[in-house]
Amino acid sequence: MSIRLSNISKKFGPFQALSPLDLDIEEGEMIGLLGPSGSGKTTLLRIIAGLEGADSGQLYFGDRDVTQVHVRERHVGFVFQNYALFRHMTVAENVAFGLQVMPRKQRPTAAEIHKRVSQLLDTVQLGHLEQRYPEQLSGGQKQRIALARALATQPEVLLLDEPFGALDAKVRKELRRWLRSLHDELKFTSVFVTHDQDEALELSDRVVVMSNGHIEQVNTPAALYAQPNSRFVFDFLGNVNVFAAEWQQSHWRNGAAFLVPPAQPQLQQNGAVYVRSHELALSDKPNSQANLPFEIVSITPIGAEVRVELAARGWRSEQLWEAKFTHHQLQAMGLKRGNLVFVTPQTGYFFAEQGDGTATRLNWPFLPPGSIVFDI
Amino acid sequence: MNPFKPARVGDAPIIKWSLIILAVLLSGLLLLVPLASIFQQAFAGGWQLYIQHLSQPDALHAIGLTLIVAALTVPINLVFGVLLAWSVTRFEFPGRKILITLIDIPFAVSPVVAGLLYLLLYGNSGWLGAWLFEHDLQVMFAWPGIVLVTIFVTCPFVARELIPLMQQQGAAEEEAAVILGASWWQLFRRVTLPNIKWALIYGVILTNARAVGEFGAVAVVSGNIRGETNTLPLHVQLLYEDYQAQAAFASASLLALIALFTLALKAAVEWRQQRSLSANNDNEQSQL
Repeated sequence: MSIRLSNISKKFGPFQALSPLDLDIEEGEMIGLLGPSGSGKTTLLRIIAGLEGADSGQLYFGDRDVTQVHVRERHVGFVFQNYALFRHMTVAENVAFGLQVMPRKQRPTAAEIHKRVSQLLDTVQLGHLEQRYPEQLSGGQKQRIALARALATQPEVLLLDEPFGALDAKVRKELRRWLRSLHDELKFTSVFVTHDQDEALELSDRVVVMSNGHIEQVNTPAALYAQPNSRFVFDFLGNVNVFAAEWQQSHWRNGAAFLVPPAQPQLQQNGAVYVRSHELALSDKPNSQANLPFEIVSITPIGAEVRVELAARGWRSEQLWEAKFTHHQLQAMGLKRGNLVFVTPQTGYFFAEQGDGTATRLNWPFLPPGSIVFDI
Repeated sequence: MNPFKPARVGDAPIIKWSLIILAVLLSGLLLLVPLASIFQQAFAGGWQLYIQHLSQPDALHAIGLTLIVAALTVPINLVFGVLLAWSVTRFEFPGRKILITLIDIPFAVSPVVAGLLYLLLYGNSGWLGAWLFEHDLQVMFAWPGIVLVTIFVTCPFVARELIPLMQQQGAAEEEAAVILGASWWQLFRRVTLPNIKWALIYGVILTNARAVGEFGAVAVVSGNIRGETNTLPLHVQLLYEDYQAQAAFASASLLALIALFTLALKAAVEWRQQRSLSANNDNEQSQL
């Protein structure tokens, strides 16, 4: 079932939790609401479920206006952040609950309910835990039971609040894949809330990035990564290095450091250049278009990559810069802590001070992407 | 003794054992001796006299009235306590915190003062009393007054048990139930009630114990009419003032028995509650 939000807003006392916003969710889509805490993503999810009422706007499931429909009549599946399993009921009773409370006319017989519950527990691969109580389960098992319970009444819309928030990294990864395959198999429309960009990018058909009660950007994960339309989205989608640029004498300058942009008039002003940590090259000397001196402060292997932390020398950067290389690349460069190096961005995104807030994507032509020029 | 075993703080054997022995001795002296002496006095004249004292019409009436008062008070405060706990833990409204504080008024106010307040309110010259008098409704110096003050004095017990528990459990399970389509009644019966069951029973036991034993507030509003408005505690006092010590102790022993029974029941419920908590909940559970 498709979901359409039009002009939805919500205030808690004086706090504007959601500014009026619109969102269209296609039937069968999996949508990730991504944002920091306080961005309104959970409020939005609860409004779709009917657990909160919106102050303004309309909400449609398909063509049906459900704005005034009680949560009980909306027939959505909802998975709570802390699972909210009924603690005094067994796993089987938890899953059966939604079927047992149906009005007498629609309610399946006890035998049918039993059969459905068994099927659902098999779907979530926990049939053997039928008679356990929630507290006897691990976090990942609780999560799957919560999902089975939500799916028991065959909702067309499944809403998940931080579904994997409380789980450890390995279980989280497993459950993510499993949820995706379940979604592809059962074809419900799902919306989930997360503050983890990897989770949003991996699971979603489209990601809705939110901040301060606004929708910043809605797009597919690939498009979002390639074309972030605001600084916020850029920041939120992963670590990024920032060069605060002042336009002077046809250079972007910051202390002793400078970058030379292509000759386009809209670039000739103050602004900020964003550079991703794997889209830059290190060299032992500056070149005519980029002079960004750094001192290496740490070299840390993280899995398949090595992270090099860089402190600006002779210019100001609020945070350390980060560069990522493979072990092989790093070995070839022979870098050590304390070395002075020069960064040349391969790809950068320029946010102009006077502009519409969108980025201009720039490629510096001196070095082909991925190569490292370094000679000692 | 292993000489290398490090002593924990406060682990010196002398302090430990002298404290324990002191605590046991004091408990015995302050709690057990008086309790035992009640029964000793009550049975001083033998079984037959004991039964005889208790089977006097006034005594029987006092027992009956006490039971009626408890039977009316407990269900009323049960419903009231659940409603109150629900409203302050499940809804946000201005004055919510004040309401939580107000619940404790009956604990904070001396029962005698509570009795006087009711006398002022419902007495013949009081605000409501005049209207009641016109309509020929006797509240003060009759059993309805006794029930009213007993309800007042015991009303915090159930709510006080439920509020911390319901706050700690949160509303997520109830929200989950409603999303799954549960009606209001199904929600209460199948989700809320099982979750608060043991705390509720515990609150009821405390309410009942206090309702049976309440003296101060009841003394003010009952009027002490023998065989009509005397509850068991008042009856004990009347007998004692009449120099019928043995009869007084016979009735007092009944109250003591009820207290012992309540304690046993309370211990059993606490044990059940702990067990269901440890089986169903890993979290720390604060029990107020």
